[in-house]
Amino acid sequence: MSQTTQDLPGTGPAPAGPALPDANRKALRETKSTTPSLFRLLLRDKFACSGAVVLLAVLLTAIFGPALMGDLATKQNLLFANKAPFNPANGWEYFLGSDSLGRSVLARLVVATRTTLMVAVPAVAVAMIIGSLWGVWAGYHRGWRENVSMRLADIIMSFPSLLLAVVVLYVFSPSVANIVAILALTRIPIYLRTARAESAELQSRTFVDAARTFGARPNAIIGRHVIPVVIPTILTLATLEFCYVMLAESSLSFLGIGIQPPDVSWGLLVSQGRQYLQTAWWLSIFPGLAIVITAISANLLAAWLRIATDPSQRWRLAVPGRKKLITRIPAKESK
Amino acid sequence: MTALLDRSHSGADVALEVHDVTKTFQVARSASGNNRLRALDGINLTVGRGETLGLVGESGCGKSTLARTLMLLEKPDSGTVAFEGQDPFGLKGKELLAWRRRVQMVFQDPFASLNARMTAGEIISEPWATHRSLYKTGREREARLHELLQLVGLRPSDAKKSPQEFSGGQRQRIGIARALALNPELIILDEPVSALDLSVQAQVLNLLNDLQQKLGVSYIFISHDLSVVRHVTDRVAVMYLGRIIETGTTEDVFERPLHPYTAALMSASPKLDAASRPAERIVLQGELPSPLDPPSGCRFRTRCWKAQDVCATQAPPRRTASEAGRVALPVPTLRGAAPAAHAAECHFPLEDPQDAGLRATAAGT
Repeated sequence: MSQTTQDLPGTGPAPAGPALPDANRKALRETKSTTPSLFRLLLRDKFACSGAVVLLAVLLTAIFGPALMGDLATKQNLLFANKAPFNPANGWEYFLGSDSLGRSVLARLVVATRTTLMVAVPAVAVAMIIGSLWGVWAGYHRGWRENVSMRLADIIMSFPSLLLAVVVLYVFSPSVANIVAILALTRIPIYLRTARAESAELQSRTFVDAARTFGARPNAIIGRHVIPVVIPTILTLATLEFCYVMLAESSLSFLGIGIQPPDVSWGLLVSQGRQYLQTAWWLSIFPGLAIVITAISANLLAAWLRIATDPSQRWRLAVPGRKKLITRIPAKESK
Repeated sequence: MTALLDRSHSGADVALEVHDVTKTFQVARSASGNNRLRALDGINLTVGRGETLGLVGESGCGKSTLARTLMLLEKPDSGTVAFEGQDPFGLKGKELLAWRRRVQMVFQDPFASLNARMTAGEIISEPWATHRSLYKTGREREARLHELLQLVGLRPSDAKKSPQEFSGGQRQRIGIARALALNPELIILDEPVSALDLSVQAQVLNLLNDLQQKLGVSYIFISHDLSVVRHVTDRVAVMYLGRIIETGTTEDVFERPLHPYTAALMSASPKLDAASRPAERIVLQGELPSPLDPPSGCRFRTRCWKAQDVCATQAPPRRTASEAGRVALPVPTLRGAAPAAHAAECHFPLEDPQDAGLRATAAGT
């Protein structure tokens, strides 16, 4: 392209000059349009898009919800105790029903969103960052660094994580920070093993050898060649782990060493409503649904993200009717 | 071309010197209880400036291990490597980086050697992230990137494409451009065309040839494709089971092989011209012996039709063609005047297969 622009101004007439950069720019735009932006790709995929919308809604609820609800979550009204959901006569506060003290389930759910995310997101993030960086480092260098790391991971994994949490949270106070720390610690080996396996495979690839031949330092190679490849896998794993951590937090809350009332989390709501399951199903079902829907949305987005961040697979998302790719050609046409 | 010739006549014209390099790998124990695989066993090699040295041999004979050792990806057990008199294994820090800048490599598989997550421009400019002092400003790098792309026959707009948008030949050009990014003096080409189809092979070989003419780089050309080696190299080294068994000018090795293995190798490569075909093909019996349990004495004796008792007990000495009882030929003009002696490691080197008349025409060309 640029060869023609370099040659022509000398040979051609003057008016050809301004026209050419235009053509050049158009050609550039065309080459770019073959790889649409991530956002456009997301809009095309309805599953991933709805997952993203749900997660965004959950996030906004966690940020702004508690302020909007005010003290509704803790206000007791015995006149409205144990009201069933979906009855407009009770007013919007009790649209999702009320518990035995007459507190709004909707308000408690909204307030619990923040607590849940405040435990799950930092726990997942801390475990992900430490575990994957450690794993990538161990896998790249192999040898004793790998062996020591993997045996440490085995020790953490062989220890019953709930027992560890019980001991730690009994000794220290069951605060949010401690819950995050203990959940992060017990989940680090998951990322460590995944990142190590992928990094160990990558470090033997030819393009990594090529980087070594011009003297790139191990950390530079890890940053340039290993981490970008590992990130999609780790993100997919992290969304799965997000669900696990939410459930683990609810188990701890159920045992009385997790989130302490009057604070509420989704997991705590499920376990509190468990004893009323036969008379007031809505107490457990709605927080449970919140967990399930958030988890599924996260999974849908993760599955899409894994493909979208892989340049060699991204075209799958760019193909308009990608289900048509699988349709079978009738046998008689091929003779 | 004249510049190259001038340089070859000046004093030190040896670029790379490999002396007695040995590399052993620890592997799972074999049937004989040996767990040490000797991939390289006393390799001696020289490459002249601006010269192309071909390295040929069967799969598994240690060609790629030698290339990896020369690129410092493997550490040899013993022996020395010297590029312009500098041994890289004793260097550290900045000196090592400076050494690496002078010796670069093009890899065999153009699909595996480029990171699919980077664009062509990022791949080619990757070396400059380590060698920051080479091109200091972003503008310089941009200009050099475009220059490199044009040098290997790609368009500047290709810099923004990712590797999977290119064909195999174009990818290999990207690999060559990356190797050229640091302005090396020696490029190790590890089977650079064996993953490409025939028409593309020719393009890449011509490109390599043009680059050598323009930049005066030396090549070590590793291949198992004999016709390609014959076409592009000045000198050839034949490898067998971790040893270099014959070296000489391309013409000497191809036309007048000394070592029986070389003769078998040459007779195995197909020739279009019926007149130049050997009267009968030499067909070797058996497989390449395992490098875990190499034969005693001469390593080739298990498949050699000339083998005698002495071959099993004594490692053959290195002998030049004249020592082997051949008439010394006028040394053909060489680009780099590195030691061009035709030599082989064999107790019973072959007689000159060609008659006097043929030899005369060969020397005349």
